[in-house]
Order: sequence, then structure tokens, then C-alpha cells
Amino acid sequence: MTTVATPPGRVAAEPDTGQPAPSRGHRLRLVLAIAGVLVLMFPIYWMLRVSVASTDELASLPVSLWPRSWHLENYVDPWRQYPFLRWLGNSVVIAVVSVVATVFINLCAGYAFAKLRFPGRNLLFLLIISTLMVPIQVIMVPQFQLVIDLNLLDSLGGVILPRLAEAFGLFMARQFFLSIPDELLEAARIDGAGHLRSFRSVVLPLSGPLIAVLVIFTFMWRWNEFVWPLIVLTDSDSYTLPVGLQFLIQQFSNNFGPLLAMSFLSIVPMLIVFAVFQRYFVEGIARTGIR
Amino acid sequence: MSTATTARDAGRGASDDVRRSKVRTAGRRAEAWAGIVLTSPALLVFTVFMFVPIALTAWYSLHRYSGFGRMRWLGLENYRTIAADPTFWTALRNTVLFTVVSVPLSIALGLGAALLLNRWMPARGLFRALIYLPVVISGVAAGVIFLRLFDPVTGIVNQLLTRMGLPDVNWQGSGTAALLSVIAVTTWQGIGFGMVVYLAGLQGIPREIYEAAAVDGAAGWRRFRRITWPLLAPTTFFLVVYSIITSFQVFDVVYVLTRGGPGTSTTFLVQYAYDQGFNQRRQGYAAAIGMILYVIVLALTIVQWRLQRRRDEAL
Repeated sequence: MTTVATPPGRVAAEPDTGQPAPSRGHRLRLVLAIAGVLVLMFPIYWMLRVSVASTDELASLPVSLWPRSWHLENYVDPWRQYPFLRWLGNSVVIAVVSVVATVFINLCAGYAFAKLRFPGRNLLFLLIISTLMVPIQVIMVPQFQLVIDLNLLDSLGGVILPRLAEAFGLFMARQFFLSIPDELLEAARIDGAGHLRSFRSVVLPLSGPLIAVLVIFTFMWRWNEFVWPLIVLTDSDSYTLPVGLQFLIQQFSNNFGPLLAMSFLSIVPMLIVFAVFQRYFVEGIARTGIR
Repeated sequence: MSTATTARDAGRGASDDVRRSKVRTAGRRAEAWAGIVLTSPALLVFTVFMFVPIALTAWYSLHRYSGFGRMRWLGLENYRTIAADPTFWTALRNTVLFTVVSVPLSIALGLGAALLLNRWMPARGLFRALIYLPVVISGVAAGVIFLRLFDPVTGIVNQLLTRMGLPDVNWQGSGTAALLSVIAVTTWQGIGFGMVVYLAGLQGIPREIYEAAAVDGAAGWRRFRRITWPLLAPTTFFLVVYSIITSFQVFDVVYVLTRGGPGTSTTFLVQYAYDQGFNQRRQGYAAAIGMILYVIVLALTIVQWRLQRRRDEAL
């Protein structure tokens, strides 16, 4: 009963939950947020608006803010002229295989680095983590030679395999497993489970959130990746969507309607993944040691 | 009799110890074995596709190599050529200039968005999601979108400038304008990341501190200067270093939007390395540029670790 009585008027403006009474500051912030979001969303809107425009419409200035006619054929015609479906398929295969392999590698190694003692552990982890920020441009020359030597040039394997060495996911997995209490694992071991079995039956079932974060980030990076597939994929049939898209820029030159229609289609799968797993994007960033 | 029992007990205890330590050694061995098995897939891919290529980059950088045929030993010749190569210095200067402008811009706007959306507001989740949305779009698609916006003749940006009575800007013909257009895209894609990181940082500030400040009468700008900003310092450090590193790697947007031009005015280090290695076929030279990039990024990463460690110890 003798709790400190904080002046309700002042604190009410502060809490990040609950509904404060609408005030002038409150309305100002709302207006600011709406204005900011409108500015940031305008490029997206303009992509959609131009994607249904004809070349003539874009040449006659000023271009109206709302489409006067809807040229939906922009979304259909490029499929007939270019192997867009192949590109989509390649992108899906690369993203899905990369995700599965990356999650497997990182779960195993992350657990071992967090919970098991073996010779050379700390040195190995340090070596791997030191590659966390190495840009692809540093190693692309020898990697390109490696891909040629392994006979993987112009193949999806040539895109997938070299990018499995991704320290970020391993780092995140180790951080996650460090937070699992040792007692839980010891209990399993007393019951006679070996290390590999307790990993499978005790640790894996707890790893849902980690797997979600790994899946989303790996999917996003592999789906959007550009320079490495650009180097490895030489035949237009084996392109991924980003590489195909930059090929279309040269093909369409000023015909922006179909170009932006295809750009939009290429980001739709990513937008769906984002809409569904939005929560984990935020969580993933918050969990990488950032506070 | 009692001495006999204790002796026997002691004897049994000793053999127990032996057995237990045997079990323990066996346990250690099993643990080490499990550790090696579980890390082997990662070790394989990291060795083949990361450690060996990094070492090879250093090796290539000491050679003249076209990608086919024999390599020719040059020693440090490539590095000497780089030191006297005006395009390299232009690329480095462009990279630094780009970093100096775009990093503070995205961080400041990200902080603004986070402060705005940290407090209650209708549809707050939707606002956050929309601001984050450009982050998940591929650099190539973002480049195409802005290619249209910045079209010098029919683009909407120039139309707006005309309507406001300002002169047209030749976004592809002028070096400064081209650099600005690249900065616009990377900022557009960077605000959401900054916002999310800052939101996580803001959530870490205990509410009692704000309540105490309210009692002391600190509010608005003063509260931000005295409390929020200093307490967000670790978050800001992280963002600054991380953003510098990523801005040294910007490739996709430039490739689509300006192709490094006009001339070399938007050629960054990574574009220059790519161009030398895969267009000019000077792979040894490209490897040497790669090594320089590696040293820069590694130095920044070490700075970040140091800061992170100090922060973790402080917590």
C-alpha cells in the first residue's frame, strides 16, 4: 500500500503497452509514422503501378499515379519469351537444398561446439567464426577454379556447395545450444543415452525456434544471392531469378512494364515467407548477441 | 577389527576410484568422438570452401593468372601495381565516401523509426513490418525498382523535381548523382535492419530508469540525450561496425543501377575486384584486391569482437 505513487500523467506517456489517452504528441507520432511508411512504400507501389503500364504510357509525361489501363499481359508475355519458369525452379531448388543442408550442418556443429569437449574445439570455432564477415569477393577467384575442378560449373551444385560454409548460422546455433541447461543433457545420459542419441531425442525437439530462424535467414540469403550464381551459372537456362532478372534488364532496356512485373514476381515468394515468419526475423536479429 | 574394516573399505574405495576413472576416460573418449562426428560436415565444407580458398587467394595474389594455363610467379608485384593504380584508389575512395554517408544515414533513420514505434500506436506491428519489408527484397529487384524511379527522362523522381521547380538531375550521367542514387537504395534497404536492432536495444532498457527520470522531470529531448542514447551505445557500436562491413560489400545494387559508372564514379572495391577477375581475366590481380578487402574486413571484425567482449563483461 505504501508503493511509490508515480504521477500517472507523466508515466502514462511512457509505457510501450496499454493505451494512453490520445494526446497531441500521440497524434503527431502517428502522422510521422504514416508519412514515413508512405515514403518507404512508394517504390513498391511504383513497381506495381509501372508493372501494368505499356511503353507508350510510360513515355507520355507525366505518368499518372493510378493506372489508366491495365496491361496485365506484362505478367504473362515474358514467360513465353524467356525461361522464367526454369529460373523460378532453379531458385527454389537452390534455396530449399541450401536450407536443408545448412540447417543440418549447423545444428550438428553448433551443438558440438556448445556442449561437447573434443580436441581442438576452441581453435576450430575461432577459425570458423573469423570467416563470419569474409565477403564472397575475397574468395571468389579460387572458389571459381575449385568449382571448375570439381566439374560443377553451370550446375546448381556449384551454386549450393560453396555457400554451405556459412559461419553465421553456426554461430547462431552455438549461441542457442549454450542456453540449454547441462542438467537436461546429464539426465538423459544417466538414463543411458549416448551423446548422439541425447542430441537427437532431447536437444532436437527443443530446437524449433532455432530451426525457424536458420530456415528463414538461409532462405532469404540464398533466394536473393546474386554475385556467386552470376559467376557460376553461364547458360541462361540455369539462371536463378536474380541473375535472370539482370539478364532481362538488357533484353527489355526501356520496356519497364514487363521488367517490373517480373521483378515483382521474383520477390513474391520471399514476401510470403516474410509475412508468415515475420516474428522470427525480428527474433533472429535480436538473438545474434545484439541487445 | 575396526582397523581391518577400514583397510578393506579403503581397498574397495581405491578399486572403485580406478573403475570410475576408467569409466570417466571412456566417457571423455565417447564425448570427443561424438564432437568430431557432429562437427565433421561443417569442418568439411569450411575447409574445402572457405579455409583453402582464403589461403589460395593469398597464393594467387602473388601470381599473374588468367584463369587458364600456367600461373606466373610475381612476388609482391600485384600489390605494387595496386599501390600505383589510380582506379584502385578511386574505388577505395568511393567505398569510403559511400560508407561515410550511407551508414550514419541508415542508422539515424533506423533509430528514428525505432523510437517512434517503440511506444504504443495503432497498427504498430504493421508499421514495423512495412519498414522492415525492403530488407528482404533482393538487391537486384531493388536495383530494378530504383532504375525506374531514377530514369533521367521518364522517372518519377525527376518529374517531381520538375514540378517543384527544381532542375532535372541526370542520375546516370553525373558521378555525384549516381552515387546518391546508390545511397538512396541502400538506405531504403538499411532502415528496417537498424530499426529492428534498435527496438531490441530499447527493450533492454529497464522501465524503472525512465520512471526515475520522470520523477526527476526529465522528458523529451533531455531524456533522450541523458538516458536513452547513452544506454543504447552498445547497440549503436554494433550497428556502426556491422554496417561498415556490409557497406564494404555492396555489389548487387551497383551492378544493376549504375554498373559502377559513369566512368568509375560508383566503382567500389568489390566491383573492381569482380571486374578485374572476371571481365579483364586478371585473376591474380583480383585476388590481391580481395586480400586487401579481407584485411580491412578482418580488422573491423576484430574491433567489433573487442567491443562485444567488453560489453559482455560489463553486463
